[in-house]
Amino acid sequence: MRVLVIEDDSEVASYIVKALGEAGHNPTHADTGKQGLFLATTEDYDVLVVDRMLPAPDGLTIIRTLRASDDDTPALVLSALGEVDDRVKGLKAGGDDYLTKPFAASELLARLEALTRRSAKSGNSAETHLAVGDLEVDLLARRVTRAGTEIDLQPREYRLLEYLMRNAGNVVTRTMLLEHVWDYHFDPQTNVIDVHISRLRQKIDKEFDTPLIHTVRGAGYALRATPP
Amino acid sequence: MTLPPLLRSASFRLTLIYILLFGGSAAVLLGFLYWATAGTLSDQVDATIEADSKGLAEQYELRGTPGVAAIISERVRRDPGGRTVYLLTDPLRRPLVGNLSDWPTVDPDARGWIEFELRDRDSPDGEVYLARARSFVLQGGLNLLVGREVRELVRTRDMVINAMIWGIAITLALALAGGIAMSRSTTRRIEAINQTSREIADGALDRRIPTRGTGDEFDRLAAQLNEMLDRNQSLMEGLRHVTDNIAHDLRTPLSRLRQTLEGLEEDGLSGPERTARIDRAIGEADGLLSIFNALLRITQIEAGGRRDNFSTVDPGEVVADVAELYEPVAEEKGLSFSLRLDATAEIEGDRDLLFQAIANLADNAIKYSPPDGTVTLHAAGRAVTVSDTGPGIPEEAREEVFRRFHRLEAARSTPGSGLGLSLVEAVAHLHGGRVRLEDNRPGLKAILELG
Repeated sequence: MRVLVIEDDSEVASYIVKALGEAGHNPTHADTGKQGLFLATTEDYDVLVVDRMLPAPDGLTIIRTLRASDDDTPALVLSALGEVDDRVKGLKAGGDDYLTKPFAASELLARLEALTRRSAKSGNSAETHLAVGDLEVDLLARRVTRAGTEIDLQPREYRLLEYLMRNAGNVVTRTMLLEHVWDYHFDPQTNVIDVHISRLRQKIDKEFDTPLIHTVRGAGYALRATPP
Repeated sequence: MTLPPLLRSASFRLTLIYILLFGGSAAVLLGFLYWATAGTLSDQVDATIEADSKGLAEQYELRGTPGVAAIISERVRRDPGGRTVYLLTDPLRRPLVGNLSDWPTVDPDARGWIEFELRDRDSPDGEVYLARARSFVLQGGLNLLVGREVRELVRTRDMVINAMIWGIAITLALALAGGIAMSRSTTRRIEAINQTSREIADGALDRRIPTRGTGDEFDRLAAQLNEMLDRNQSLMEGLRHVTDNIAHDLRTPLSRLRQTLEGLEEDGLSGPERTARIDRAIGEADGLLSIFNALLRITQIEAGGRRDNFSTVDPGEVVADVAELYEPVAEEKGLSFSLRLDATAEIEGDRDLLFQAIANLADNAIKYSPPDGTVTLHAAGRAVTVSDTGPGIPEEAREEVFRRFHRLEAARSTPGSGLGLSLVEAVAHLHGGRVRLEDNRPGLKAILELG
């Protein structure tokens, strides 16, 4: 995917550009807000990575400007460690996700992939059915089956599975799960998510030969029919 | 213009103003006294002369000029001391009868009063004294002067004036001396405050302003300032404590990280071994980052900068979500976990921070409970209670556990940063509430009360 990285800190920028390049994406770097806004309006990108603190115009102004001209390219806002956590402000300005520096490359990649998938799918939001391998979810009846066998899930387990299914093939990090499945932004001191994933695995994978939920080292989890 | 310090002092200026006021009022008072004594005496003399003149005028009506002359000479004869003054002259002011040799050269005022000097004929050195008289013109152009010598009056007046001058002088001198003494004492006490401030500014943080124990306003000011200094010092010490702890608590993971990285340089590491070590190093780095994040977060919350994210929150709902997230963790550890929801009141709050705070309490409860223990989450009204059946916290340690990086000796072996409860307290304060620790007999009961 084509990614525009608007970031004035050259070290952070080269870290992002390198990570995106290694993951097979096509990053472009703008080191000023002005250049970034120019590129964002003239070129076509799949997703934007915008630093919040930039010499004028700042990150939120860029996103607001783009949204005002009906540009819906998904944007992820970066903010520095120690800045007041104004995620709400970032999202209000039209950002689609928010990440605090320093972050792991895997976290950024996972979030960017989720953003592009979300925007690609937003066209047909009337989806009623998800399937990965022999695992199927009927979104209307909230019914889960694997190889034809119905699996009984608790409401939260269902939401967890649904999120994994919607991001099938991609890595989702623990914080992404906390934000989207539990709807809280917080820092768990212990790996509470792992316990929930392991419960879900008990129901989805235990009785079957091929596991669908995979642990991705140093990043999170991925739901896919074939191991990576 | 630079003045000597004493003259520049505010209290000395005040003193000067008071001296002026004081001197002025003393002058007014003494003026009244003068008027009441010397003035009255002088009025009495005038009244006597008037009465005398009236008497002579009546004689003149009855017996004419010869009668008046006779009375005058009679009176002069009876008063050899010359306390009375009479003179009758012809129209050319040549004396006819009386005890004055010449008509006074002084002109009378509009009402005919004359004040003139007389020479004492009896006294050898010819003492000069004042006399006061009234002049009349009689029929036929004769001039009459009726008066009294006013030696006594003048002496009394001089005495009064002297007394007044001395009185004012002494008053002013006393006021000035008192003022200087007073401003010296005030200046000295303020200088003591200045001196202490300078010493504190120079780094002697334990200096305090001396008090006299009189409880006056200077003592109260000193006590107030000392209290502020105590508070500042304890905050400074707290800060130093935190800094020491940061240094101490970060040194261990940092040196572990360093060892792990060093280990990567060893030859003959297999691929998976290398990967495992890198993972461990990343894990250490993440741990360090999360400590910093937690610290910054607490600072931000304490600064009150997160009220932007406030909305209407039902604590019961948040507690239920925490319970839902942590129940499997508790069960995995073999704990029995229960949630009790009573009627809760909605509050204005930061949903994420409340979740974080309650999650921290739940996390602690699970972490410190023995394998067959019980963890209970309970929400009622605006309070959330998390209780466990772990070792609890001794009563004397229940305050210090809220300090950043503070960890009880017994907890040193369990993982944790010592920041969890600090954050809970910061969140409680942000919501206008507090967090209390109580004995759960056995175990610990943490009560989060939201404003």
